[in-house]
Amino acid sequence: MFERRSSRIASIAYWAFVYGGGGVCVVFLIAPVVVAMLLSFTSAKTLQFPPPGFSLQWYARLIDPVASEQIHISAWNSVKIAILAVLGSLVFTVPASYGMVRIPARLANILEPILLAPLVLPALVFGIALLITAALLGFRPSTPLVVVSHLVVFGPLMFRTTAGVAARLDPGLEDASMLLGSSRLGTFRRIIVPLLTPGVLAGAFLIFVQSIDNVSMTMFLAPPGTSVLPLRMYAMLEQQLDPRIAAISGVLIIVSLVALIVVQRLAPLLRDKD
Amino acid sequence: MIASLKSGGLPFLLPMLTLMLGVFIVPFGVLAAYSLMAGDAPGLLGNYADFLSDWFNVEVVIDTIKLAAMVTVAATLVGTPIALLYWHGGSFVRQAVVFLTLLPLLTSNVVRTFAWIVLLGREGPLVAITHALGLTETPTTFMFTEGGLVLAQTQIELPLLVLPLIAVLSRLDARLVEAAEISGAGPWRILGTVLIPLALPGYIAGWILTFASATTNFVTQTTIGGARHIYLPQYVFREVGVLFDWPSAAAISVILVISTGSVMLALAMLARHPRLVGSV
Repeated sequence: MFERRSSRIASIAYWAFVYGGGGVCVVFLIAPVVVAMLLSFTSAKTLQFPPPGFSLQWYARLIDPVASEQIHISAWNSVKIAILAVLGSLVFTVPASYGMVRIPARLANILEPILLAPLVLPALVFGIALLITAALLGFRPSTPLVVVSHLVVFGPLMFRTTAGVAARLDPGLEDASMLLGSSRLGTFRRIIVPLLTPGVLAGAFLIFVQSIDNVSMTMFLAPPGTSVLPLRMYAMLEQQLDPRIAAISGVLIIVSLVALIVVQRLAPLLRDKD
Repeated sequence: MIASLKSGGLPFLLPMLTLMLGVFIVPFGVLAAYSLMAGDAPGLLGNYADFLSDWFNVEVVIDTIKLAAMVTVAATLVGTPIALLYWHGGSFVRQAVVFLTLLPLLTSNVVRTFAWIVLLGREGPLVAITHALGLTETPTTFMFTEGGLVLAQTQIELPLLVLPLIAVLSRLDARLVEAAEISGAGPWRILGTVLIPLALPGYIAGWILTFASATTNFVTQTTIGGARHIYLPQYVFREVGVLFDWPSAAAISVILVISTGSVMLALAMLARHPRLVGSV
């Protein structure tokens, strides 16, 4: 009897741990995102949590073309950098993800770590490495250099999402196209690329988010005086908190939320059964 | 036709391979060579000797590894119940856990750090709660404390631990757990002897990602850690951005890669250890 009761207590404790503990930990995981969102609607003049009331005043300040001119310029600069990094990644990673499933497995095992190295090595150190290498070659910090660094370090994210789709392609489609006389390149362009689109979109989203957020490489490689969003936001954190940072955060969270919902439908970043 | 499918891919790979070798791997080599040869410090290892001869600098290296280790341990403790919620949950709970893990990951690091600055600050809710409970005597702040930094970084790096873990769990054969249940094992015993050992590859992948990210999270370290808690990335930034001493910055960067890389390498070797992983 005693043994059965103790096992029942152990069982109750386990389910409390899974659902109670798990629930609390999920709240901890998501809370700062919710907090940043709520703060953006504060009616107060300073950032305090919980906010005393609702208002859109900080969004109004953020939209104001005069008061927030510098933020607008830096946001536009960052969007341009992110778009160029995404376009550059398309050129390099989409063919590579297809090539990866069309080479012998042993060769793929050797090459893959080279293509994915930027995901493990610290981006901060790469920023300095690129700064020094560029300086030795006679280049100064510039916006193109920032784009190149984002392309190289975040491009592998698109390679990964696209390669995931490429690995599940039906080889029969390719066979059919080539039997009907299409060249390999033509087959790639007309058959493979359209099929890879979901993976490309998921990768583009990941690169965009990382690029807009990157401080560690951008601060070394951006030319002095150029204003980009992550550096401006970082400066806002270091000085006394400008409540407009809450409104910028709100915008970024909503963009991520919408993009995440779209991507999870098209090409889930994590499948339930893979 | 089958033969053609397993060959002919190489030309498609060449542009990206060239890019990664030429623009990623080569600069790392240049950095290493530069750290050895540039600067006024005497000898091949002069820049390193200069840095490591000051005990304060060695402490910064140790503190950086310690910080990342604490964050990784804390993320493991918090991430395990989340992974179990995913494992036991139905389709809806599983989708919700994945979504709620991806959203913070895809929310800017600067934004999450900003939220933590408000949460940890003098007028933040954490101070109010601990004061009300009598844990702190006078209203204080958790900003610029190591505890506050570990708490914030744990939440910020947590998705990197949880995602590999649930990726492994989603592929796990449920029959292994059922077999343990039929044999009469209780839930805790199944957790300790079946689930966690089988999920170990996910843990190790998560530890590597969490540790790597925690060591180099410059934004969170400098804003929440403040001037009293200094870690290697801040040093690198100071050498480049303030002192314009590139040779020192290069040497410190290499020290950062070697010191944290050796921990990650040890974890990666653990993943290949046949008696630890996949032996169940």
